[in-house]
Amino acid sequence: MSDVKKFLYVNRKAPYGTIYAWESLEVVLIGAAFDQDVSLAFIGDGVYQIAKGQDTTELGIKNFSPTYSALGDYDINKIYVEKESMEARGLTVDDLMKLTWEDEDEDWAEKDSIQVLPAKELAEIMDQQDIVLSF
Amino acid sequence: MSMLHTVNKSPFERDSLASCLRLAVNGSAVLLIEDGIYGAMSGTENSAMVKESMEGISFYVLGPDLKARGISEDRVIDGIKVVDYKGFVDLVAEHDSSQAWL
Repeated sequence: MSDVKKFLYVNRKAPYGTIYAWESLEVVLIGAAFDQDVSLAFIGDGVYQIAKGQDTTELGIKNFSPTYSALGDYDINKIYVEKESMEARGLTVDDLMKLTWEDEDEDWAEKDSIQVLPAKELAEIMDQQDIVLSF
Repeated sequence: MSMLHTVNKSPFERDSLASCLRLAVNGSAVLLIEDGIYGAMSGTENSAMVKESMEGISFYVLGPDLKARGISEDRVIDGIKVVDYKGFVDLVAEHDSSQAWL
């Protein structure tokens, strides 16, 4: 189908301190209904958005982090995390939520959605997009 | 005079924490809240800056904000005290004045 475009959502802000993270997630989920080729990138403080173990009970605000786990069900399974951003923040992939998708072509095998990439490789991916939305 | 400084921005995104630490005199206190809690983490590019300031300044971090962001207390730099909302109020009451580095 020729009208499928490559969309990349770039997430650069920490969750909760501002509304960007949540707004981005909502736009991603709305966009998922349009059968486009969607990828997500988490760079800078954006990597904190997918930190595991978030618990906002004492803040009295919604913990939207479980929603990231639903992305696989919307065929969003290309989630890129910039390696340099993680390292600067002392984080490893073990500090992130496990986000997976099920591969229809391989008998619904569960696969990791998250790929940690150095900036150089992420730059190539960014360059190949039709539309980049930055939050 | 003893001042309580609060910092609510990530040290990776803004220079609020760096400015605060440059201008806070010895004997004052810094409380990290909201996105500022990322400044309390050990093993980051900003940890050394915080550790250097700890000689003269007492550091606190708001526990509920750590929890919300999935940062466990064992990731916090040794010597930074984790406080709850009641502890926040106590800190404000104990100091002569406070400054919010927005």
